[in-house]
Amino acid sequence: MRRMMTGNQAVVEAAVRAGCRFFSGYPITPVSDLMEYMARRLAQVGGVFIQMEDELGAITAAIGASWAGKKSMTATSGPGFSLMQEGIGYAAMTETPVVVVDSQRGGPSTGQPTMPSQGDVLQARYGSHGDYPIAVLAPSDIQEVYDLTIKAFNIAEALRTPVVLLMDAFMSHMAEPVSEGEYEILERKVHPPGPVERPYEPGEDLVPPFPVFGRGNLVSVTGLTHDEKGVPRPEDNRVHATLIRRLFGKFERRKDLLEDVRTMGDGRRLVIAYGMMGRLAEALVDRGYRLLRPRVLWPAPTGPLKREMAEADVVYVVEMNIGKYSLVVKRVAEELGIEVHSISILGGRIPTPSELEAMME
Amino acid sequence: MSFWDFFRRERWPHIFCPGCGIGMVLNALWKAFEETEQEPEKWAFVSGIGCTARAPAYMRVDSLHTLHGRAIAFATGLKLGNPELNVMVFSGDGDIASIGGNHLIHAARRNMDLKVIMINNGIYGMTGGQLSPTTLPGLRTTTTPMGNYDYTMGTAELVAHLGANFSARWTTAHIVMVKEAIKRMIPKEGFCFLEVVSQCPTNFGRRNRMEDPRKMLQFMKEHSVHVSRVGQLGAYFEEPVFVVGTFADRDRKGYVARLREAGYFESF
Repeated sequence: MRRMMTGNQAVVEAAVRAGCRFFSGYPITPVSDLMEYMARRLAQVGGVFIQMEDELGAITAAIGASWAGKKSMTATSGPGFSLMQEGIGYAAMTETPVVVVDSQRGGPSTGQPTMPSQGDVLQARYGSHGDYPIAVLAPSDIQEVYDLTIKAFNIAEALRTPVVLLMDAFMSHMAEPVSEGEYEILERKVHPPGPVERPYEPGEDLVPPFPVFGRGNLVSVTGLTHDEKGVPRPEDNRVHATLIRRLFGKFERRKDLLEDVRTMGDGRRLVIAYGMMGRLAEALVDRGYRLLRPRVLWPAPTGPLKREMAEADVVYVVEMNIGKYSLVVKRVAEELGIEVHSISILGGRIPTPSELEAMME
Repeated sequence: MSFWDFFRRERWPHIFCPGCGIGMVLNALWKAFEETEQEPEKWAFVSGIGCTARAPAYMRVDSLHTLHGRAIAFATGLKLGNPELNVMVFSGDGDIASIGGNHLIHAARRNMDLKVIMINNGIYGMTGGQLSPTTLPGLRTTTTPMGNYDYTMGTAELVAHLGANFSARWTTAHIVMVKEAIKRMIPKEGFCFLEVVSQCPTNFGRRNRMEDPRKMLQFMKEHSVHVSRVGQLGAYFEEPVFVVGTFADRDRKGYVARLREAGYFESF
């Protein structure tokens, strides 16, 4: 059965389906109605909702709830996403599963609260200080909003990591039919009750089992550089390097979850686009273009990028920002000696397929 | 519960300077837990950044050492994620009153079911002794080398006015009262706040002719006045004075109870 949902509703329904039982947020356009819908929905399923005093509190409360064993999330837009970066870095360092929705609007600063944008695509990857990996997902229609929200929770749980779902102001409020089929739901590995000596000792997959607070694991968790016992070791260069390399290593081992692209068409002119622009660029496939549409933007899909570019004479990266993701594509293209054109769309007005094609000529 | 049942012996020696007041408060905390027969497994401690914030890692409990200022917000999520858990925030004045002031205000307003112990040494100890919102007038810090001209924040008074169930201030010179206040907070629902004025001989005393911690304890004792004598506005005195005592002790419904009434936690 298919139901009509807006993007914001699809996030809520999929999150609840994935097992999310905690949401902390702060009102901001264009996700305020996501939060309103969540406040009602979580009450129905025995969850908890709290409207926090700001986005700093929203992300950190969600992380706190995750340590109580709850699948948790928050949602925001540009200005709030900037405030959440410290929390995202903390979640990366302490390996806390948490999902953050960023519905992008035009920026910088307050910018264009009601207009779509893809200006946060690098911030989502690199927004917090220091070296850390993160997964960033970009749906192109409302069905994908639903599917990728579930996937975001699965990645967060399986890898013990923060995950960002990048939407935009348009997608938040656009409504389409969504079918809620069968989904695999992943849960985090947890320590059995009782004291745990080495809470950060990783398994085969480099992911340590999660010590849920209140089960007598008696662990101390810190955002400082820590060894496998969780003891702060901020001045030990080897402990720091080992920890950071393991964080990246656990991402490298889960290509099955993290390499997720859609390809269409077979022309020699390759269009690379994601999110709302990915949906727009699909219209060009009938006009003789090949399309590569990453659904997981970060880690960058280097393998598929190389494969598709090897079949192309020219590459266009279409995005609603100053040309941010094209930098990633250019880095890969340099090795292959292929020309990359950045098609940069600013202002929040989505062009028609013909207008887009004209920009590319 | 012996001392070494509550603290992690394997993590000794700790980072605190000789003469620091944090150890005195930890001792009072352990005694309060022991006298009321608390089980550490049922407690989680949350802290922010600073000297005091390092203390929970020495306790044999689940502890979350978080971001600067955000301890109360993390603790809010943790408590709502598992309302059966007793959650205590243990952090300093820079962390809770300055950068975390907004979270303090709103947790107190919500009567969030948390215990908060704020150790107030009047400066930023870990970063080298800078001015904090709780530095008393006239005293020297590294960022007010001519003496503090800034007004002082009455944190315990603020929390009381926001409707929290419990708010008190004592100093390490009244360490028995500190222990008694913790015992009073333990069984209470809602937001319970205890400010403990404490000595930092290294970065505060040294710059104010009180490098010997005994001098600082003497100073705190001599400059303390009970709230019953000066009323709740004592903090706005422009002389160095510590108003001590209990500013609020009420039994309003806590946030968890109100969430339950609203329909959360149980599916329907």
